[in-house]
Amino acid sequence: MKPAVLPRHGPRRAKLLVVDARGRITHHAAADLPRFSRRGDLIVANDAATLPASFAATHVRSGEPVEIRLAGRRSLAPDAVSAFTAVVFGAGDHRTPTERRPAPPALVVGDTLIVGPLRATIAAVHDHPRLVDIRFHDGVDEIWAAFARHGRPIQYSYIPERLEMWDTWTSIASQPVAFEAPSAGFILDWSTLRALRARDARVASITHAAGISSTGDPDLDRLLPLDEPYVIPAATAALLNQTKQCGGRVLAIGTTVVRALEHAARRTGEVRSGGGVATGRIGAKTGLLVVDGIVSGMHEPGTSHYELLGAFQESDTLETMATEAEDRDYRSHEFGDAVFIERFGGIGAEQLVTVRKGPLSRLAPGCSLLATGRQQQGASSGDLQVATNARQDLY
Amino acid sequence: MTHPRLQALRAAVTGGTSGLGRALVAELLRRGAHVAFVARHGDAVQRTADELRGSHGIVGDVSRKDDIYPLALQITGTLGGLDILVNNASSLGPVPLALLADTNCEDLELALATNLVGPFRLTKALLGSLAASAREGRHPIVVNISSDAAVTPYETWGAYGASKAALLHLGRIWDEELRGEGVRVVSLDPGDMDTPLHELAIPDADRGALKQPEDAAREIADAIAALTAASPATTTEPGVLQ
Repeated sequence: MKPAVLPRHGPRRAKLLVVDARGRITHHAAADLPRFSRRGDLIVANDAATLPASFAATHVRSGEPVEIRLAGRRSLAPDAVSAFTAVVFGAGDHRTPTERRPAPPALVVGDTLIVGPLRATIAAVHDHPRLVDIRFHDGVDEIWAAFARHGRPIQYSYIPERLEMWDTWTSIASQPVAFEAPSAGFILDWSTLRALRARDARVASITHAAGISSTGDPDLDRLLPLDEPYVIPAATAALLNQTKQCGGRVLAIGTTVVRALEHAARRTGEVRSGGGVATGRIGAKTGLLVVDGIVSGMHEPGTSHYELLGAFQESDTLETMATEAEDRDYRSHEFGDAVFIERFGGIGAEQLVTVRKGPLSRLAPGCSLLATGRQQQGASSGDLQVATNARQDLY
Repeated sequence: MTHPRLQALRAAVTGGTSGLGRALVAELLRRGAHVAFVARHGDAVQRTADELRGSHGIVGDVSRKDDIYPLALQITGTLGGLDILVNNASSLGPVPLALLADTNCEDLELALATNLVGPFRLTKALLGSLAASAREGRHPIVVNISSDAAVTPYETWGAYGASKAALLHLGRIWDEELRGEGVRVVSLDPGDMDTPLHELAIPDADRGALKQPEDAAREIADAIAALTAASPATTTEPGVLQ
């Protein structure tokens, strides 16, 4: 699949491939996304803004130039910017494909790196000689100022032009904690958010430190994604649990949201608010506890993002999806086209039957404000439709 | 006399090293807010950050496009989000003030860049943070510092007055559009104050007749407290306050 090579934001020009809960594939414009939302849906996006996480630096002991890409941190607290996990590249920049980048000089604990006006020390070398922990010694405000002035967005050779910070922030970008853009969120511009609300869907957010997607080194790539801290606000957790109780759908904007929500719910099935660290991979064997659908970029087979889609649909459906996307010239990567994939057999998989009367009188207690998500305006008849389903007891 | 507190709210003030901006940084800090401020000159930023303990000083120029995202990064980075944005940094345009017919186009452009386009860009870059604040149950606001010159056509105040008039109208439209997101945008007129900007505009003014910026800062902080505390339904209509 060809990568999208120009930054473009919002749904105005992108395509949207939809796989519904019965595994059927259709093709649309990304601007049509709100049409696939229903009353009572909760759309959850990652509102992390993107750090300019790439730095031209000097390895003092060897005197050689290196590139440092910040790739992980343990806490999202605003003052926790002294310690990062980082991937180190040899001389050069993003215009050389990562797999052809020269190795950095040997990195040893205690080595000093000069990063703009900052000095950093290598605090640990991990399982891979290019994966290190670094520590900055300056004050918090000085570190943020150096990030702002000397950091560049992490980017790859398929986009030769230099990305600016504004290329990498989604419309809803808030706290700058992502190392690469949570790019599924580019589909949400403010008018799309408005259109979703107009359909009585709700929008909530989490903050998740989306990590780097590729290092060009197979051994290192196997360690991805690194552990990623996230924060789920109390308001989001309350909406999530209310939505689940009322039979509404939870639609995740991006793989990071799936990872965070499923991680937060893994113990009890209820999403708990607060911070956590999303560990492990999600794939075909993962039973999803929370998320009923995902909006994501186009990902190619073999990537961890594609593997995650296996939790939503059968592998043959995903293969068909990949083939159709290729045939129809969908573009991959962070500024490319999008997919909306419902969970196979999930809410919406049932045969829709038309009823004359709305189901509001049969809602579960506490759900009067939040419709069921199974109720839809009939497209042709104007009658209300409600799906028969296996969870009638909720009514 | 007690003033409502702004405990733990996160505020950013542009033009924070002199006049009203500096007084606002001090006032917001006094009320318990976490405050970041922006100004162009590194020395003044450092001095103000040292004097106003707990504040986060950020160097940048809101009139420059390339400065906006670095500013937004540092504001949301150091504060961990944002509840209050005060667009205070202002340019008079030509100094000394000049008839429009004698105003260089570049001076008009600078006034527009500082007083209109800069606040637009910064608000847009920080809108994600403000909307996140609203989703978490707070009542985030953008305060645009306005002027009676935004509504009254004073001679020789053409560049400043036109840019402030445009900012006022921009704020009204923002406010209509952002209500659904739970973000309010208001314009506040602090009145004629004894500040460096006023001195530039009217060097021979009777300073004794001018309002002290600290007094204006208290009034603005009171307005911010009312707007960030009240539910949207009970807040007063935004407008130009005297």
